[in-house]
This record gives sequence, C-alpha cells and structure tokens, in this order.
Amino acid sequence: MLRFIIRRILQAIPTVIAVALLIFVIFSVVPGSFTSSLIADGRSGSDPMLVERLNKEFGLDKSLPERFTAYVYDLARFDLGTSFRTREPVTDVIGARLWPSLKLAMAAMVFAVAFGVPLGFLAALKPGSILDTVTMIGAVSGLSLPQFWLGLLLMYLFALQLGWLPSFGYGDGGLRYLILPAITLGLTPLALLARTTRAGVLEVMNADFIRTAYSKGMSSGRVVRWHVTRNALVLIVTTIGLQFGSLMGQAVVIEKLFSWPGLGSLLVDSVALRDIPVVQGSILVIVLWFLLINTIVDVVYAAIDPRIKQD
Amino acid sequence: MRIQFNLIVGGFLTALVILAGLFAPWLSHLDPVLDADLMNAELPPDWTFWFGTDAQGRDIYTRVLYGARISLTVGIVSQLINTVIGLALGISAGYFGGWWDDLVNGLTNVMLAIPSLIFAIAIIAILGPGLPSLLIALGLTNWSWTCRIARSSTLSLKGLGYVQAAKTLGYGNIRIMITQLLPNMMGPILVIGTLGMGGAVLSEAALSFLGLGIRPPFPSWGSMLTDARELIVIAPWAAIFPGLAIFLSVLGFNLLGDGLRDMLDPHMRIRRA
Repeated sequence: MLRFIIRRILQAIPTVIAVALLIFVIFSVVPGSFTSSLIADGRSGSDPMLVERLNKEFGLDKSLPERFTAYVYDLARFDLGTSFRTREPVTDVIGARLWPSLKLAMAAMVFAVAFGVPLGFLAALKPGSILDTVTMIGAVSGLSLPQFWLGLLLMYLFALQLGWLPSFGYGDGGLRYLILPAITLGLTPLALLARTTRAGVLEVMNADFIRTAYSKGMSSGRVVRWHVTRNALVLIVTTIGLQFGSLMGQAVVIEKLFSWPGLGSLLVDSVALRDIPVVQGSILVIVLWFLLINTIVDVVYAAIDPRIKQD
Repeated sequence: MRIQFNLIVGGFLTALVILAGLFAPWLSHLDPVLDADLMNAELPPDWTFWFGTDAQGRDIYTRVLYGARISLTVGIVSQLINTVIGLALGISAGYFGGWWDDLVNGLTNVMLAIPSLIFAIAIIAILGPGLPSLLIALGLTNWSWTCRIARSSTLSLKGLGYVQAAKTLGYGNIRIMITQLLPNMMGPILVIGTLGMGGAVLSEAALSFLGLGIRPPFPSWGSMLTDARELIVIAPWAAIFPGLAIFLSVLGFNLLGDGLRDMLDPHMRIRRA
C-alpha cells in the first residue's frame, strides 16, 4: 500500500511541472504582458523610466531562460515571488486565504454528501417512483442553476428579508457566516452526487452477483448493506473527490458574491489589480490542491476496491 | 417516455432562447443600452415594463432578450472551437500514435488538472475582458473530453475493415480521418458539445458577473446580475429575470444533451428500462 501511495505521488509530479510551465508561458511569453499590463491601468501612463524601474525590481529585464530558471529555482523553495501591489511575499498573501477557502469547500462538500448520497440511494432503490422522478428533475435543475444567482436569492431571502443569517463577509469566522455560502457552493455537487449515486446503485443492482445473493436467500436489507453499498461506494468516492477539487473553480464566484476572504476572491481581485505574481501563485495553488485531492481519491479507491491492482 | 421528455423540453427551451435572441428587435421596440430614463428607474414589473426596470431605468425584458444573443454567441462559438480542437488532436493522436499520441495525452491530462473556469480567468487576466477574450478563453479550455472520446473512438475504428479498405484504395491520411473516422463518432461528440454549450453559457454568466466577461452597459445576463446585486433590496426583479434566463437556457442545453445521449446510446436505454 505504501509503495502504491508513493508511486501515485511520483506520477503527479510531471503534471505539476507541466502546469507550472504552462502558467509561466501564459504569463511571461506573451509579449510585454508583465509590466505593460501592470502599467496599463492608466494611472501612470507609459513612463519609460517607470517601466525600467519596475522591470528591474521584479527581475523582468533578464532574458526568458534566466527568468525561467529563477522561477523554477524559487518554486523549488516554495517561493512564489513578491506581490506587485503590496510588496509582500505571495506565499504569505495566499497562506492567509487558505483556511477560509478550505473551510468553505469542506462545509459545502459535507452538505452535498449528507443530502446527495441518501437521495440518490433512495431514488435508485425504487426507480420510477415519485421520489425518484422528483430527485432526478431536481438534480438536472441543480446542475443547470447558476450558483451565484441561487446565492443571491438565498442572501435576499434569509439575510435581507428574514434576517436569520448575515448577508456576507467572514465575520468572526463563526458558523453563521458559513451557512449561506456553503449551501450555495454545495448545490451543484449535491445534484451531481445524487445522479451518480443513483446510476451507480442501479448498475450494481442489475449485476449477476446481486441476483446470486438473492437466489441463495439473502434478505434484501443484507444485499443492499453488504453488496450494493460496497460496490456503489467506488463511484461515489470518485465523484466526491473530483467534485472537491473542481469546487475550487466554482468557489471563485461564490467567494466573490459573499465577500468571503478565500483564495478565489483573492484571484479575482488580483486579476482586477493586475497583480500577476499573486494571480500566478493562486492558480498554481488551486491546481496543486486539485491534483492532491485526485491523488488521495486514487489511494482511497484502491483501499476500498480490492479489484484495483496495487502494482 | 423519459427520453422523449428530455428531448422535447430541452429542444423547446433551446428553441425559445434562440428565437428570443434572433427576433429581439421585433419582440421589443426599445433599445437595451440607449433607452435609459432615470424617471423610470427601479420600477416593478407592470404592463409597460414586463420584467420591471433597472437602476438606469432601462427595460429589463428588452435587456434579457438581447442578452440571449451574447449567451448564445459565446456558448455556440466557444464550443465549436473546443470541438474542432478536441477532434483534431484526438483523431490525429489515435490515428498516428507514437510520440504525437503521448504529447496529446500529456496535454489533455494537464488541461484536466486545471479547473476550466480558473484557466479562463488566467487567459482573461492577460487579454483583458471583452467578447473576443471570452471566446478565446472559453474556446481553448474545455476540449479535453472531446479529445479523449475522439481518440478512443479512433483507436477502436482504425482497425476495422472499411478503414483498412480505404487505405488500400490509396486514400490519404487526412481524407481517411475526415471521411471515414469522423462521421462514425459524431453521436458522442454531439452529446458532449451540447452539454458543453450549457457549461459555456454558465461560465460566461459567471465571468461577466465577476466583471471579467462582457462589460456594462452591454446586456449580458451575468453582468446584469452584478448590477442587480447592489439594489436587490429595492428591486429584486432585476435579479430574478436575468438569472431565470440563464437557468432556463442552460437547462435546455443539458436536457437536450441528456436526451441525445439516451437516444444515441441504446445501451443506456436498456439499462433504464
């Protein structure tokens, strides 16, 4: 098992390097993007002295290979550079945002799993029933709903009209502030989980070994507990993992809507301020997060499904 | 029964959005940008202004109609770019194999590792907001699934007799790929493309909402919601109608995609029954 984990981590390394390279290419090779975009917000015009000074300060006057070497060298020491705006190390800026983002993503996922999996399960046990139809219509609607619109409506109803919850912000970091953003962010994974759970359970229910279990006189409660749950779990765990990772993409919009001080709102604000080192750094961290979750999913996957060979 | 339901409702909603965008000037005599009148600001829906008015006194019904043009343009054009990229890379990778296949595979894995909305934000950070950057950003970031399916279909098709026969007849590689391989994978590609259009409409709305897509005063459903956020207490209708428009058009594409998949994949139909 340990060897499998180590090999799986080693396999992710080329992807990490490729992503880091891609980010460097997008932000550096496009001609003039760095400094000209920094100045292009119109406040300072295009003062050649200023361009030169800024280029020197951020090491942009060097050649591309030199810059790439420096970039890789800094990355290896977990140094993501210095913010154009605040002159703070990017790792500090991002570090301060990690916990709120993680908290929001976990809360959203707990909400999605707590409702999505049981709904999908119940729907699959009685295909064609009213519960099944309602769940599936709800799921396709949930997947089509613009999350930030739902968030806006929830904010209007529960914060502004009923006054039950705060409308936005992080506050003291308490649960009250977490509820609305987490429900908003969790809705799409909830819908997807309900759908995949239903599909997974239905698929297992039609398998030969289930018929065998019934024909040897196993009670239906035991069949569901013993065979169906275990086999559907693989698909459910995969979906949970993949959704957890892509949640970071969706979180950008939700964090911005609720003024949540996470990585996503940092990214959007930095794009608006043209603070390229922070933009680069946050994207890299989001991708690393995504890859880390995928690696964990693969390991869990192998642990619950002995059919997946570990060598 | 259910298959028909998906196709009919999805087709109806999609047709509705396309007609609204095409015939916007006939469905409303007002201009979505210019007809602003502060005397009419923030009026609730009534017989003159069906969906009410916004902070500048513009008719929200008119803006929602014209917003369909932006959403559809972004959804269809960006998805066409994705499909062409995915098909070209996927078919050629499966057909030629070797180092080219490895390269395309590696690239697809990297693309799958970056959430596409994040990738789009990175591209817009460099190009700046606006319709062209939106088309590029969304058109370059969502081709990985198309590519994977095109590649695996090519791998299973290229050994078949009729492809071998075309080779014996002296068809060129490009001709085989376009006339022999492409037509036989159109089903799944069509399904992915339709579902992708819904995704692109959602992404456009989200990016415009963040101020990274279509900028005001042009009527994108997403940027209308940004404006509506500020006055949600006074004018909740300004938030309800653009959001409903996004929801119904994405639902249309998703149902259409689901319906097409069920129709084209008999395996799924048997499993359902």
